[in-house]
Amino acid sequence: MTALPPLTAAEARVDAEEARRARALRVDKVARWVLPVLVFLILIGLWDRIVVWNRIPHYILPGPGLVVETLIKDWAILFSALLVTLQITLMALAVAVIGGVGLAILFNQSRFAEMSFYPYAVILQVTPVVSIAPLIFIYVENRTAGLLLCAWIVAFFPILANTTLGLNSTDHNLRDLFRIYGASRWQRLRYLQLPSALPYFLGGLRIAGGLSLIGAIVAEYVAGTAGIGSGLAFRILEAGYRLNIPRMFAALLLIAVCGVVIFAGLSFLSHMLLRKWHDSAIRRES
Amino acid sequence: MQDGPLCPSCEHPMSDLIHRPTLPLGQRPKVLEMSRVGKVFNGNVTALRDMELTVNEGDFISLLGPSGCGKSTALRLIAGLSNPTSGRILWDGGQGRGDLGVVFQEPTLMPWATVAQNVYLPFRLRGRSYPEVRSEVEEALSLVGLSAFLDAYPRELSGGMKMRVSIARALVTNPRLILMDEPFAALDEITRHKLNTDLLALKSNIGCTVIFVTHSVFESVFLSDRIVVMAARPGRVIEELAVTAPYPRSEAFRTSADYAAHCQIASRALHLAMGEPA
Repeated sequence: MTALPPLTAAEARVDAEEARRARALRVDKVARWVLPVLVFLILIGLWDRIVVWNRIPHYILPGPGLVVETLIKDWAILFSALLVTLQITLMALAVAVIGGVGLAILFNQSRFAEMSFYPYAVILQVTPVVSIAPLIFIYVENRTAGLLLCAWIVAFFPILANTTLGLNSTDHNLRDLFRIYGASRWQRLRYLQLPSALPYFLGGLRIAGGLSLIGAIVAEYVAGTAGIGSGLAFRILEAGYRLNIPRMFAALLLIAVCGVVIFAGLSFLSHMLLRKWHDSAIRRES
Repeated sequence: MQDGPLCPSCEHPMSDLIHRPTLPLGQRPKVLEMSRVGKVFNGNVTALRDMELTVNEGDFISLLGPSGCGKSTALRLIAGLSNPTSGRILWDGGQGRGDLGVVFQEPTLMPWATVAQNVYLPFRLRGRSYPEVRSEVEEALSLVGLSAFLDAYPRELSGGMKMRVSIARALVTNPRLILMDEPFAALDEITRHKLNTDLLALKSNIGCTVIFVTHSVFESVFLSDRIVVMAARPGRVIEELAVTAPYPRSEAFRTSADYAAHCQIASRALHLAMGEPA
């Protein structure tokens, strides 16, 4: 006697289906890393070949090898410039967090404060920082303070907007519950509104991280043309004047890596803070 | 995940949550009184008109009626979440903090806090430290059968278990009155039955006083000893029925002739309230 054929066939089909899905999942996992790396390698190779085949001079387009060489050769100059830019970026981000969250709480607690100041926060946000920066460097004597102010103007708004939204997005039943138990304003803020706002705040923080780097770079460009500075943007400008194109590329590479590291760091922070309870940080089986 | 019993052992001696003996109807001390309470929204929508209700210690009162009959409005008025436009609500001896526990239709838990922290909330808002009230929190959670889930987060629990946490939070301050606003309406039938049975066991266990809003005749008859039938447009009380079957009521009560008779009476009253022929 053999087993019933239709049943085993169906089972086999299910098993094949299952195996196919598992295989697709594995392929997905590998491809997520392999594909971007592959694209990267192909582009670098293509870049290198184009430069070599067309005999493009290095002051017009340096090959990738030369860029890396310059990065190593000029590391002392570029690294100290990187530290300056990074310092401004992180300080601006810190001030943006304090300012953004502080203003959000103030606006949330006082409707009149919100009515009075919110329009100006929006105006500050929508005016391109490149157009404000030259003015800032006229009136602000201290260079670091000027850079910080520029970067802050760009970075604080997403934190303010997101945190405000979060503070207002509390569950209405929980609000009622806090009222029934006689919670004070401070208790409601501390135990209900701030935790509710955390995921929103972290979303804003990730955007602000990238923006504060942009703000710092833009401010350095503006300040740099005024003849002072030693950040990465200034190095790019300086190298441009001297037709040192390989160094421009090397500095650009550092800035890009910097931005990626900031974004990854903030994403990791967000994940660690939310992984226990928030849907965004919880992986589900599909 | 399997839901545990709401009351694991009814012989369990109470350490912090005082057992209040339930006296027969008519001999119970008063908790609060509503006299001619009305609520008008926007100056023209009458949500509730001239509601009279005396709540006594140990009562299990169901507010039964169609949607729009003002039963949830009545609950919000008692909870102090809105003020009546006429009449008044008087607590016997005044209302103290922690005299009231509330269970909403949704579990209404803080997703960022563990089960124990959620149940601790009423105490936290009164400035009590966790070690001070740890035994009360753990006791309330053991009463709803969730002792093993103190450190779980709400998202790890089933719908029924979340509701149990919500009930534990309402119980934890040993309140004089617990308000429940259709707490089991969003749950599946099987879980609802189980929670109904367990809620009754809990009631016999600690002798709490409950006002329970529902639109289910069966739920109101099974749970309560007083059913207040309400009608809509304008929201008002039509009549009050007594369910004389003694507590503790078991699952067997659901199939008894007594239960069927009470359901029939309550159904008829509800049909009248809805303006339909009985």
